[in-house]
Amino acid sequence: MPSAAEIVFDRVTKRYAGREAAALQELTLEIPAGTFCVLVGPSGGGKTTALKLVNRLIPFDEGDIRIDGRSITELPAVELRRGIGYVIQQAGLFPHMTVGENIETVPRLLGWERERRRARTGELLALVGLEATDAKRYPAQLSGGQRQRVGLARALAADPPLLLMDEPFGALDPITRHRLQLEVRRLHREVTKTVIFVTHDVDEAILMGDRIAILREGGVLAQYDTPDAVLARPADDFVARFIGEDRALRRLALRTLLDVPLDPLGRRDELPQVSDHSTVRNAVSLMLETGADRVLVVGDDGGARGELPLERATELLRS
Amino acid sequence: MIAAGGPEPVIPNFGHGSACVTGNHLFCWSWVREHWSDTLEPHLVQHAELTVIAVAIGFAIAFALALASHRVRALDQPIAIVAGLIYTIPSLVAFQILIAFSGLSNTTVLVPLIGYSLVILYPNIVAGLRSVPPGVLEAARGMGLERRQVLWRVELPLALPAIIAGLRIAVVSTVAIATVASLVGDRGLGYPIFLAMRLPTPFKTEIYSAGALVVALALAFDLLLVATRRALVRWT
Repeated sequence: MPSAAEIVFDRVTKRYAGREAAALQELTLEIPAGTFCVLVGPSGGGKTTALKLVNRLIPFDEGDIRIDGRSITELPAVELRRGIGYVIQQAGLFPHMTVGENIETVPRLLGWERERRRARTGELLALVGLEATDAKRYPAQLSGGQRQRVGLARALAADPPLLLMDEPFGALDPITRHRLQLEVRRLHREVTKTVIFVTHDVDEAILMGDRIAILREGGVLAQYDTPDAVLARPADDFVARFIGEDRALRRLALRTLLDVPLDPLGRRDELPQVSDHSTVRNAVSLMLETGADRVLVVGDDGGARGELPLERATELLRS
Repeated sequence: MIAAGGPEPVIPNFGHGSACVTGNHLFCWSWVREHWSDTLEPHLVQHAELTVIAVAIGFAIAFALALASHRVRALDQPIAIVAGLIYTIPSLVAFQILIAFSGLSNTTVLVPLIGYSLVILYPNIVAGLRSVPPGVLEAARGMGLERRQVLWRVELPLALPAIIAGLRIAVVSTVAIATVASLVGDRGLGYPIFLAMRLPTPFKTEIYSAGALVVALALAFDLLLVATRRALVRWT
């Protein structure tokens, strides 16, 4: 099985019965294999609809969706779905099954041997940061964050090349949410899968996505690009408003001081210090706070790496 | 009223007639001991059998109807209305009406009992199936479970608490209503009660002992169902 799949939306249109406006209007989107693609936009933008078209929970009217070149209509829906990981808000775990049984759902449908299922469950629990003993617990005994980890493990169980995530962190508190966002990003680097991730939260989209597709009301694609490009060059007023007037700062938040050219060390010692793992945005914030026009960037060992002048941030934004 | 046949003794199953029995005291253990095996036990067994058969058939019908209306929502209201009507028929009347059709047979006794239990069970099964959170169903479908698999692996297990709650009510009320079934002849614990009541001086010990067994039987069934629930529903 390939570890990641390419997904193509080819002029896909979806209309719901009894509603005049299309939910999705000729959506064309090419998602290269291994890409973390975030669908973002206000409600009514059709992002969840677009996601559910892929595993055929919702049928589409026109156009086609292809996974690695094959139309999703070629397979029976049930078979198609078993090959696609699916994570939803609040996890949707089966309350009457243990964590282990939940995770084994798809492998069981696929007829895996018991030993293989057990081994896989163990691997997945470790991967999503749960204990092996959690396999015997019931969802009601878990916290919201733990449930969502199980939801993720369950979706990854049969090692699908494609993962669909429908506002998976929508119901979590901000701290748990941020922790899981970072972990899913880390996981994505480890397991290389194509991910389609739906959110209405623009911060989440920018943080998570290799690419983000911004859908506006009526299911029209407003812009599809990397977060940096969207922030640097919003396609129109709608996108500019949607991503916010602080888009320059959001852009600076995408870069850490590790990948920014620094000035050589000067003679002044009293500069405010910032870790090289921190973002340019944080460095700028520190300069605004202290009134300094440059900061000293230090490494993990405490040694100075160089200086970042305020103008550098402006230069970065021009690039 | 059904004739119990033959002239009645002053006190039924008089036996040796201890002072307690001849004096018709509040409760005579000696009578209970002597007539456990010829009067109380056989009627208790009959009563239990009637209840189990009636609830089992009622459950099978209610289950089929609930699955049908779960799949075709439009069926739910008509079924619920008909079921509600059945429930308003007093059991005494139901037995009398059926005697005209099926005489003093088991059918006459079972049909109303089945009817009442199915009326109790149907809404409980439907409510149980509907109580499954939409997110759980969506996850099940999204992971590639077939419709039948969703029903048997997800919806029905999750409906189990509601189904067992319905069974508890159905069993307890069937035990109670089956007492009236003795009108249709020698069936269940109602029969010794009726006989004892029809005496010129109602024989208290027989009424109380049979009555106590009705209560005990209902409690036993209820406990059995509670234990079943505990064994099957481990997730809450």
